[in-house]
Amino acid sequence: MPTDPHPFPHRHLTGIYGLQPWEIAFLLDEAEQWIALNRGTAKHDDRLAGLTLINAFFENSTRTLLSFEIAGKRLGADVVNMQVAASSVKKGETLIDTAMTLNAMRADVIVIRHEASGAVQLIADKVDCPVLNAGDGRHEHPTQALLDALTIRRRKGRIDGLRVAICGDVLHSRVARSNILALTALNAEVRVVGPSTLLPPAIERMGVTAFTDFDAGLDGADVVMMLRLQRERMAGGFVPSPREYHALYGLTPERLERAAPDALVMHPGPMNRGVEISSSVADDPVRSAITEQVEMGVAVRMACLDVLTRARRGVPGWN
Amino acid sequence: MELKPIAIVNGRLIEADGTTRPGGVLVRDRSIAAIGEIEAAGVETIDARGALLAPGIVDLGTFAIDLPAFTAGGITRAALMPDQSPPLDDAALVQRAAAAGKPDVWIHPIAAATRALAGEELAEIGLMKAAGACAVATGRGWIADSGVMLRLLGYAASLDMPVIVHAEDGWLTTGAVATSGETATRLGLPSAPAMAEAMAIARDLMLAEETGARIHFHQVTTARGFDLIRAARQRGVRVTCGITPAHLLLSDTAIGQFRTFARLSPPLREERDRLTAIEAVRDGTVDILCSAHDPQGPEAKRLPFVDAEPGMAGAETLLTLSLTLVRDEVIGLPRLFELLSANPARLLGLPGGQLETGAEADLILIDPDAPWRIDADRMAAKAGNTPFDGLPVQGKVLMTIKGGRPLR
Repeated sequence: MPTDPHPFPHRHLTGIYGLQPWEIAFLLDEAEQWIALNRGTAKHDDRLAGLTLINAFFENSTRTLLSFEIAGKRLGADVVNMQVAASSVKKGETLIDTAMTLNAMRADVIVIRHEASGAVQLIADKVDCPVLNAGDGRHEHPTQALLDALTIRRRKGRIDGLRVAICGDVLHSRVARSNILALTALNAEVRVVGPSTLLPPAIERMGVTAFTDFDAGLDGADVVMMLRLQRERMAGGFVPSPREYHALYGLTPERLERAAPDALVMHPGPMNRGVEISSSVADDPVRSAITEQVEMGVAVRMACLDVLTRARRGVPGWN
Repeated sequence: MELKPIAIVNGRLIEADGTTRPGGVLVRDRSIAAIGEIEAAGVETIDARGALLAPGIVDLGTFAIDLPAFTAGGITRAALMPDQSPPLDDAALVQRAAAAGKPDVWIHPIAAATRALAGEELAEIGLMKAAGACAVATGRGWIADSGVMLRLLGYAASLDMPVIVHAEDGWLTTGAVATSGETATRLGLPSAPAMAEAMAIARDLMLAEETGARIHFHQVTTARGFDLIRAARQRGVRVTCGITPAHLLLSDTAIGQFRTFARLSPPLREERDRLTAIEAVRDGTVDILCSAHDPQGPEAKRLPFVDAEPGMAGAETLLTLSLTLVRDEVIGLPRLFELLSANPARLLGLPGGQLETGAEADLILIDPDAPWRIDADRMAAKAGNTPFDGLPVQGKVLMTIKGGRPLR
């Protein structure tokens, strides 16, 4: 049991790594209240009123940026979006300089996405306010893992003991890494499934079982989590072609038969329909949780913004 | 002009069996005139106060000329890698580099194997040899074209120049910043399998065997690499290899939290490879300990891990960290100074590297037990990029003496 005075003793959220299972569960519990608020008509709470949230995105993003923007606005924060295409920023000191600039502008919470693994931690070490990782390279994407866990928990009633198959381009996926950390911490049985070219070396050491045979990996899965395969990786570098990938690793209704009868289908988006997932599966109203994931995303991000700014807002017990 | 003789007294000399005995050295005209009991009457003296008297370190393959770091580390000669700006691929550049350290620390330039180190066309190796180059090197990179490498080794053999090779198959390591394994996977870093080293070594050993060239692998860090070298040596291939203390003391877990100071080239390996590297020092497979000194400032290191430059400032910690091997009884003191001084001098055909009458008076005074703490912010080097920042260590260079003249 935690001995800390409050249930989330972390200044930043740079990853799932380092979080205790009860801390993950605490964030999920906190998110529940925001689901209800978001479904109502008056989607507003002003607990972050007066605080400035900066979304600093060094890599292109539409959905995650929008999700954080909505989350911040619904909590009453002043939200500023800074989209910097990574190519236009000179690498080097510039990243630190940017961090110092944001710090000098007295941001109260900064959300960062960057193409390089570890870049968010680098910034977090330099600024005075809480930093939230919205995806750094292939490293982590913690709010995605939290929203996935929340989706699973709500649909399945539990996470403990579920068999979860994470399928596709695990090698390049920060979503996969954060999900492996979160789901294994919450006692799920996690499998990774994909061609050997897209499975990271020594991935078993993260407590998962690796499969290169899609059908074997799907066998009895309670949750099938598909990953996006970027177009440029299907041109022979990692996979011979999109159609071969679809034939071997595309989730079709027939393939899904291998999983548990009530298996949940998830995808972090954006989807390549007809490549890693067929439309009939993606749009299946019973099995697919893909739109619900997006909904949970806003709630989870509201919870994270709320919890991480409590010390700053002087919430009793959170100094 | 003849210099005045200097006597270094009250030192301790290392015996062949690893024990030490009191003694000193008499220096006359930059050379060692006598060793042992020194009659110091009427001669300028340096009181060693019981410090260990050892040959100056010959550091094979530094990436920078960094005299304060060399002096602090007891390095009296440094063989400079050709990866300079511009690369050392021309006799005039070699000549200029050779003059850069005199009279304090002597810099021995290593000629670029190919023009601009591009791995395509042979550089003017013969002219560079005449200008003072002591060896040829591929630099930080690997020559991908086996035909170029074959011709290089043959050509260098005809000039009797050793070829210093960076052993990593560049096709496998493209884009990689770490060794494949749990650490790289957890951090989400692009990685290459450790066998990229053995693949490069296997090819180059065959080419060296074919041509009769002398080949030296600058840094060998994996079990498979050492196995290949042992086997080749048994066949009579003229092969030697080196390693840095970092690869002997750290595994790839040191890059956790994206510590760019621990981003090295070749990258740190998994623990089992580190342990076999220590065995390779113990059993004599490793010939040379080197620093691969590569000072990099914050503009190159305070970056996301994949964007940071590889390399560490290792010159002033080379001896201290290597003494760990003696304390752990992997090797004795005499072997340590073969690895640090005698072997690299012999490989490069340089004078010195040993304490013997008539040799160049390149000496260091060491307190092998003095405790101190490595502090990245207080290094003598041009930059403090050491993965050992904060580490308490034992053993310090008290004085570096070049040609009989104390440098500090």
